[in-house]
Amino acid sequence: MDFKFEGIDEDFRSEIKDFVEKELPWNWREQDLDPEDEKDSVLVRNFKRKLGDQGWLTMAWPKEYGGQAASHMRQVVFNEEMAYRGISAGDAGIRMVGPILMLYGTDEQKEQFLPKIASAEINWSQGYSEPDSGSDLASLQTRAVEDGDDFVVSGSKIWNSAHADSDWMFMLVRTEPDAPKHRGISFVLTELEGQEGVTIEKIPMMWDAYRGLVTFDNVRVPKKNLVGEQNRGWYVGAALLDFERSGVDRPARAKRVLEDLVEFCKENKKNGRLLADDPVIRNQLAELAVQVETTRLMCYNVAWMQSQDLIPNKEASITKVYGTETVNRLYGLGVKIMGLYGQLDPDSKWAPLKGRIENAWLRSFGGMVAAGTSEIQRNVIAQRGLELPRG
Amino acid sequence: MDLGLNEAQQMLKTSAQDFLSAECPDTYVREMEEDERGYTPELWTKIAEQGWLGLIIPEQYGGVELEFQDLVVLLEEMGRYMLPGPFFSTVVLGGMSIMDAGNEEQKQEYLPRIAEGQIIMTLALTEPSARWDAPGVELTATANGDSYTLNGTKLFVQNAHVSDYMVVVARTGSSEKDISLFVVPTQSDGINQTLLKTIASDRQSEVVFSDVQVPSSALLGVENKGWETIQKVMQWGAIGKCAEMSGGGQQVLDMTVDYAKQRTQFGRPIGSFQAIQHHCANMATDVEGSKFITYQAAWRLSEGLPADREVAMAKAWVSDAYRRVCALGHQSHGAIGFTKEHNMQLYSRRAKASEIMFGDTDFHLENVANIIGL
Ligand SMILES: Cc1cc2nc3c(=O)[nH]c(=O)nc-3n(C[C@H](O)[C@H](O)[C@H](O)COP(=O)(O)OP(=O)(O)OC[C@H]3O[C@@H](n4cnc5c(N)ncnc54)[C@H](O)[C@@H]3O)c2cc1C
Repeated sequence: MDFKFEGIDEDFRSEIKDFVEKELPWNWREQDLDPEDEKDSVLVRNFKRKLGDQGWLTMAWPKEYGGQAASHMRQVVFNEEMAYRGISAGDAGIRMVGPILMLYGTDEQKEQFLPKIASAEINWSQGYSEPDSGSDLASLQTRAVEDGDDFVVSGSKIWNSAHADSDWMFMLVRTEPDAPKHRGISFVLTELEGQEGVTIEKIPMMWDAYRGLVTFDNVRVPKKNLVGEQNRGWYVGAALLDFERSGVDRPARAKRVLEDLVEFCKENKKNGRLLADDPVIRNQLAELAVQVETTRLMCYNVAWMQSQDLIPNKEASITKVYGTETVNRLYGLGVKIMGLYGQLDPDSKWAPLKGRIENAWLRSFGGMVAAGTSEIQRNVIAQRGLELPRG
Repeated sequence: MDLGLNEAQQMLKTSAQDFLSAECPDTYVREMEEDERGYTPELWTKIAEQGWLGLIIPEQYGGVELEFQDLVVLLEEMGRYMLPGPFFSTVVLGGMSIMDAGNEEQKQEYLPRIAEGQIIMTLALTEPSARWDAPGVELTATANGDSYTLNGTKLFVQNAHVSDYMVVVARTGSSEKDISLFVVPTQSDGINQTLLKTIASDRQSEVVFSDVQVPSSALLGVENKGWETIQKVMQWGAIGKCAEMSGGGQQVLDMTVDYAKQRTQFGRPIGSFQAIQHHCANMATDVEGSKFITYQAAWRLSEGLPADREVAMAKAWVSDAYRRVCALGHQSHGAIGFTKEHNMQLYSRRAKASEIMFGDTDFHLENVANIIGL
């Protein structure tokens, strides 16, 4: 047993810190940037380019595609350090579309997209969910009908980030309505920018952000944008990508929130007593610190398994459930510690930590639903992981 | 023993449901979230016509003279329908302060006007220290001849922006409980208000008092005895909030059960999955507990029995239970419940505000710990 990172990985950790301190154009201790926010997105994009120049965005990619084939643990270090500072590095393009193209794309597709993905030039939106197909994704109904060199796409995709100036959507569409549901789906890339028949609606959420609803009305998508075989899209989309997928960003972000809360408790009083001296608060924050640490180790285990060529299955679901629920509990505790002040919106002059905790708390409920709900993850843990019989 | 509603309470509940479903649909609630005042005078007048503003005000002052437990039945429905506006601050905070501490003249002056819907009131209690105890009151009232001068800052004052009068909790002496109450016209010289932006989109303000002059006649009750009244008002307030939360929780449960029956995934209603069934069952348990622990305290307060233990237990339990109910409601709804367009988030945002009013769970558990002899 050895719980230390390799020396070179620790050196890399310092290198990242130095780089961020020098190059980041905003103060990460004070400010959270939202890559889907209009104002923030420009700053985030520009900084991502810098990370791209360092070769860090695609460090997980194989060398032949311009990557560094970085080890899983080195990716953990990078993802941890970025998440801790609230920097969104790595997007759906780098983590999903790029690797899928490497596995299934044509030479033309690779040439067209990979360099732009690597330099974070394309803003991708994930078009999987539909109003009637969430957990049961394979029931999706957005139709793609063949017509000459094109597919003609009609239907709607929801909860994506298309509202935030997305250039392209990678999407699952139904190409064979009569086949069993998993076998009639195809994976296509659709340009959204200036596309006729595409309507993008912003859906305001209870936290300070939007999700997108995209309606396709006879939209022509060239067949050359089909990735993988027609009707095999389900398997393309579900490809197990051999990148770090431990979810280590969650405990890393949580660590920073914990630190913020500890500082808050050292500076603020409740009923005349410093919060940091209140045994109840001490106990509750300490409990969260333990949960965050446990989450971190669970995540390390997933990455470590990957580094050993083992396939994390229930382990990945465990980190997703426990990580998102811990983050939700942590923000909930943060709001609670702030007492009456915890109810103030980010733009209130009285709001502690600029109201970041309140808004992040509301947002953290979304984490337990997005990308496979906690219920679905628990089904996976129980049925696939523990081999319990299906209900 | 009778744990149910009596006939009059049942009627009150039914008529509240009829009235609120017609007059306070979710469209109204949403409009008022954006509205400058946060309520409409038209609805206020109709509420007055229902007799609700004077529900617990004695008949001699133009009220209906029902009991606090009857008011709790009404507040439960207001929580269910999320009635926006200054009902709670006028009736429970302002009105009950005056009923408890006011002299005959003051009761004559304010209570009939509350009952008729002519004035809106609130209570200015908490300050930037955000404390619920007597030492938290630092705003000073200094006597000079037959007037007082008020200086200090109140924070989180409900509906101050539309109130005609505030009951201001002020320090009039140096020992801990030297606290007095004053009825102060909100438009007085030297009062400055700023609205806060809150999670529940309710209306709370920072209210700054700079050399505000009030006549001695504004003193509510006896000088330096104000904290006794405030302790009672906090109990009524806490149980009033429990009632709202209990009603809100019932609605979140009903909404979630309905949705679980309707929404299909994998070819069957999501309510057929045990995961969702257990969520609903846990919510039902919390809602059931909320109701009775609230009613018990309301009953004791109505009967004038000692209720410290029951109030503390109720506020400690319901504050957490309602948050749990909302969290499971969200989880069962999936993404749609997080949208502004959906009612789910209207409840969960309000749950947070109610949780922290008049002491949160930790605050009341500490009271319980003392009461059980620790
Ligand atoms: C913040 C956020 C961002 C998102 N971003 C994207 C995006 O970029 N692109 C995209 O395509 N999608 C996105 N989604 C959609 C997300 O993938 C879906 O919300 C999720 O899959 C759940 O689907 P649903 O919301 O329709 O809920 P439903 O599937 O309707 O589920 C409702 C409830 O039923 C439960 N349930 C369903 N089936 C079962 C079962 N078999 N057993 C037990 N319980 C079950 C669920 O767990 C849930 O509690 C996002 C969602 C959120 C909240």
